[in-house]
Formats: sequence, C-alpha cells, structure tokens
Amino acid sequence: MALTKADMVEKLLTEVGLGRKDAKELVDEFFEAIKSALASGSPIKLSGFGNFDLRDKRQRPGRNPKTGEEIPVTARRVVTFKAGQKLKARVEQSRLEPPPHQRDESAG
Amino acid sequence: MTVTKSELIESLAARFSHLPPRDIESAVKVLIEYMSDALSGGRRIEIRGFGSFSLHYRPPRLGRNPKTGESVPLESKYVPHFRPGKELRDRVDKH
Repeated sequence: MALTKADMVEKLLTEVGLGRKDAKELVDEFFEAIKSALASGSPIKLSGFGNFDLRDKRQRPGRNPKTGEEIPVTARRVVTFKAGQKLKARVEQSRLEPPPHQRDESAG
Repeated sequence: MTVTKSELIESLAARFSHLPPRDIESAVKVLIEYMSDALSGGRRIEIRGFGSFSLHYRPPRLGRNPKTGESVPLESKYVPHFRPGKELRDRVDKH
C-alpha cells in the first residue's frame, strides 16, 4: 500500500511525540509550504531527498488522441523533480526485483 | 530565490510557534527520511493535491566510459519519479 499523509501523521506521533492535531497540521503545512513556494516561482532543495524545479515550456503542436484533431499544447510552467544522489543511491542499493514483464529478459 | 530544507523548517517553526523549533526540525527530517525509506523499499508515495512518487525501471544496457571509450555493462536499476498532482500543476501554471 502506498505511503500517505495518514502514515506520516502516525510517524510523527511515535517518533517526534507530537499530538495528533499538531502532527496532522504539520504534515499538511509541510506540503502546503512546498506547493506555495513553487506556486510563487521558487524552486525547492531538500538535501538528501531531491530538488523540485520549475520549467517554462513553450507552446507545441499536439493532437487529440481520440479524434486525431490537431490542438496546440499551450505554453505552461511545470514542476520537475530530480532525486538527489543520496536517494538515487539508496534506491539502487536496495536491489529491487525487475517488474514482472521485464523479468524474463533480465534473467537471461 | 530557491527554498532550502532549513528555510522550510524556519517557516514552519514560525507558523507552529507553540511548538519547540527543535520538534519542527526533527519532524521535517523524520518525514523526509520516512519518504526516502518508503521509496527505496519500492513503496509508492501518494499525497493528494501534491503528487505521487514512484520508481521507474531502467533495463540493463551497455554504457561507455567517456574517457577510454570502452563499453561497460550497466545493471538494471530503478530511478525515483515524481508526478505532480492536479492542484500543484494548476497552482504552478500561470498561463
């Protein structure tokens, strides 16, 4: 099961000893602070985890996949995440199994 | 203009002024550590309105040593991936 805010609240209760109300508000405000920084145009660097950056994309040609109709993808600003060295190394070192549809190939 | 982890901790500490700043600092570190642990163990992270983190598989391939030009077999691996949620996408996109 995916990790959610509810799991994070429980973690703060047991590891930091915060009350449930504070823990819940802190988890909400943690993500809200990141969202509002990004919304105001500031990238975020969480050392040990990764960086959230902003990229301005120009308009480009696109297509409605259902009808085939050509519709331009409008210019937009998007969030990108780049995992830090430490997180990337931890993910690689945990040596997870390849996903099921890749297993035969990689076993060979 | 970039916001760092310590600035994030400071602004949360100001907002939670009834709590010891030390607790805010350890809470933020615990949260980031918990997220790293989950992702490293192959567990997805799903935060509504913010986004989701998952791992993307990279199959084994032949790489090259840029100095010698020698080819080097690279093992398969997973890389962390983030997909912003709708609220974050909408708030960031000013157009």
